[in-house]
Amino acid sequence: MADHSSGGSGGHGHVSVTDPEQRARREGYWKRNIKYLGILLGVWFLVSFGFGILWVEPLNSVTIPGTDFPLGFWFAQQGSIYVFVILIFVYVALMNRLDREFDVDEGDES
Amino acid sequence: MTVTSWTFVMVGLSFALYIGVAIWSRARSTKEFYVAGGGVSPLANGMATAADWMSAASFISMAGLISFLGYDGSVYLMGWTGGYVLLALLLAPYLRKYGAFTVPDFVGDRYYSQAARMVAVICAIFVSFTYVGGQMRGVGIVFGRFLEVDIATGVYIGMGIVFFYAVLGGMKGITYTQVAQYCVLIFAYMVPAIFLSILITGNPIPQLGFGGVDQVSGVGVLERLNGLHQELGFAAYTGGTKSTLDVFFITAALMVGTAGLPHVIIRFYTVPRVRDARISAGWALVFIAILYTTAPAVAAFARTNLLNSVSDRPYAEVPEWFSKWEETGLIAFDDVNGDGRIQYVGPSAVDAAGAPIRNELTIDRDIMVLANPEIAGLPDWVVGLVAAGGLAAALSTAAGLLLVVSTAVSHDLLKRGIRPDITEKGELVAARVSAGAAVVVAGYLGIHPPGFVAEVVAFAFGLAASSFFPVIILGIFSRRTTREGAILGMVSGITLTAAYIVYFKFIDPAANNAAHWWFGISPEGIGTLGMAVNFLVTWSVSRVTPEPPPSVQVLVDLIRVPRGAGEAHEISA
Repeated sequence: MADHSSGGSGGHGHVSVTDPEQRARREGYWKRNIKYLGILLGVWFLVSFGFGILWVEPLNSVTIPGTDFPLGFWFAQQGSIYVFVILIFVYVALMNRLDREFDVDEGDES
Repeated sequence: MTVTSWTFVMVGLSFALYIGVAIWSRARSTKEFYVAGGGVSPLANGMATAADWMSAASFISMAGLISFLGYDGSVYLMGWTGGYVLLALLLAPYLRKYGAFTVPDFVGDRYYSQAARMVAVICAIFVSFTYVGGQMRGVGIVFGRFLEVDIATGVYIGMGIVFFYAVLGGMKGITYTQVAQYCVLIFAYMVPAIFLSILITGNPIPQLGFGGVDQVSGVGVLERLNGLHQELGFAAYTGGTKSTLDVFFITAALMVGTAGLPHVIIRFYTVPRVRDARISAGWALVFIAILYTTAPAVAAFARTNLLNSVSDRPYAEVPEWFSKWEETGLIAFDDVNGDGRIQYVGPSAVDAAGAPIRNELTIDRDIMVLANPEIAGLPDWVVGLVAAGGLAAALSTAAGLLLVVSTAVSHDLLKRGIRPDITEKGELVAARVSAGAAVVVAGYLGIHPPGFVAEVVAFAFGLAASSFFPVIILGIFSRRTTREGAILGMVSGITLTAAYIVYFKFIDPAANNAAHWWFGISPEGIGTLGMAVNFLVTWSVSRVTPEPPPSVQVLVDLIRVPRGAGEAHEISA
C-alpha cells in the first residue's frame, strides 16, 4: 500500500503511517496517553462512584467544618462535579504538552 | 402586572432575542462568522453544547426530582456531569480528528460495513425520539401552568412552536441561537436560586447557602430538612432509599449515555482543531456545572418551603399558587380524613397514638422548579423569567435532537444508505418530513409519558449507553475490533436495554419494583448492564472474526494523533 499521509492543518510535517521512526513515536505517544487516562479516570471513579456512592454512608458521619454538609452527601451533590471540571482542564494541559513533546501537535495557527 | 402577563413579556422578549440572533447570523457571510480556519470558537461551542445538553429535564424536572428524592437524586447530578469527563478523554478528540459529520458515518466507516451504519442509524433515531419526548412534556407543563390550560393542550401548543421554530425555520446559525438560549436559561435559573438562598440562609451563593444555617430556626438547612422528614414519616433527606447497587447502575448509565448521545457528539465536529475539541468539552462542563451545582441547593430550599407552606394547613387557606397548579391537574388534594387540613406525610407517618396517618396530597415532581418562586413569594417577574428559561432549555435541546433525527434519515439512511441517487431537494424534503414526524411522536409521548421528564430522558441515556458508547470506544482503542463484533454488540446491547424498559414500563408496570428487577437494577439503570453486554459481545466476537482490512487499521492509527485534522463542519440542515 502506498504511504497514506494527510496534510496537517498545523502546516508543519506530515503524518505517515509506514515510516518506522514515526510509528515508534506514535506508539510512545499512545502509551503515555493511556497512562494519563488511567490516572484521570481513576480519580473520576473515586470521587463519584467511590466517595459519592460506595462509601457515602461512612463519609456522612463526617461533617465538613464550617458547614452543615455531611461529607459523602456533599461529594454526591457538589464535590464530584467540581472535580470533574478540574479533571478535564488537567487533561487538556497534559495532552497539549504531550502533543508538543511527541511532535504531533497541530501548531499554533489554525 | 400579573404573573401571566409577566410570563408573556419574558417569553416574548426571549423569543425576540433568538429570532434576532438567527437573522443576524444568516445575514452575515459564513466566512466572517466562523473563526479563522473554519469552525466555532471552543468557548462559544462549549456554551452552545451546554444549552443543547441542558434540556427541560435539567431545567424543569431535575431539582424537583432531587427535592423529592433527596440523596437518591444525586444519580442525575453525577450522571449528567461525569459523562463529560468520558466525552473529553475518550471520544471528543478522536471523533474530531476523524471528522465525519454524524455518528453513523463514523460507525459505518470504522466498521467498513453498510449494515453497521444502518444499525447505528436506527439506534440514533430511537435514542433521539425517546429524548425529544421528555422535552415535549416539559414544554407542556410550562404552557399548561402559565396559560392556565391542561397539560395536553400545553403539549399541543409546544408542538406547534417547536415545529415552527425547528422545522420550518431551518437550523442555520443554530450554534449562536443556542449561545443566546444558554444565557437566558442560566440567568433564569440563577436569579430565583440566589433570591431563595438569601431569604433562607442569608448567603447569596446557593452552593454555600445549601450547607449553611436556616435563618428562621437557627438550625442547618439540611439538618432541619432531615428533622422535618423524620417528623412527617419520609426517609432522611441526606439518606435516600434506593439500593447502593441501583444508584451505582443508574449513575453509570447516565454518565455513559451522555458520552454516547449523538446530538452532543456532533457538536465536537464544529471546532477547528483536536485540541479545541478537548477544551470545548471542558468549557461545556463549566457552563453545565453552574446549573448542576445550583440544582441541589434549589431542591433543598424548595423542599423546605413546600413543607412549611402546605403541611397541616387548612385547605380553605391555601395560597394562590396552590389553586393555580390544581387546575393543571399536577397537584391533587384528597381530604381522606375529612378534617379540612392538608396532611402531607410519608409512608411511615404515625400520629400521637401511634396509628398510621394517610397522605392526602399528590404533587407532580415536575412542577417544583416552576412553582418554587411563587411558593417563596418572589416577585412576579421572576416567575415569568423562569418560564422563559424552561422554554429556552426545552427548545434548544429539541432543536438539536430534531437536527440529529433529520440528518439521520436524510443523510445516513437515504443518501449514504438505501437511496444514494436522491436529489438535494429530495434530501431536504426527507429531513423536514422526518423532523415533523419526530415532533408528532414526541407530542404523543409528552401527553402519555411513561414517567417524569427526567425519568423519560434517563431511558434515552440507557439506550445510548448500551448502543454507541462501547463500539465507538473499542473502535478507537482496539484496532482488532471487527464489523461483526460491532454489529452484534450494538444489537444485543440496545435490544436487552429496550426490552427491559418496555417490559417494566409498558407490558407489566405492576411488576416494576425491586422484587422483580434483575439483581435489583431498575429500568433506569439497566443501560449499564446493556453496555457491559455490548462490550463483551463486541470484544469477543472481534477475536474470532477476520481482522479489519489494513486501510481501517491505518485509519485507527491516524485518529489517535491530533496532527492532520480536517476542516471543521458547520452545523446546518
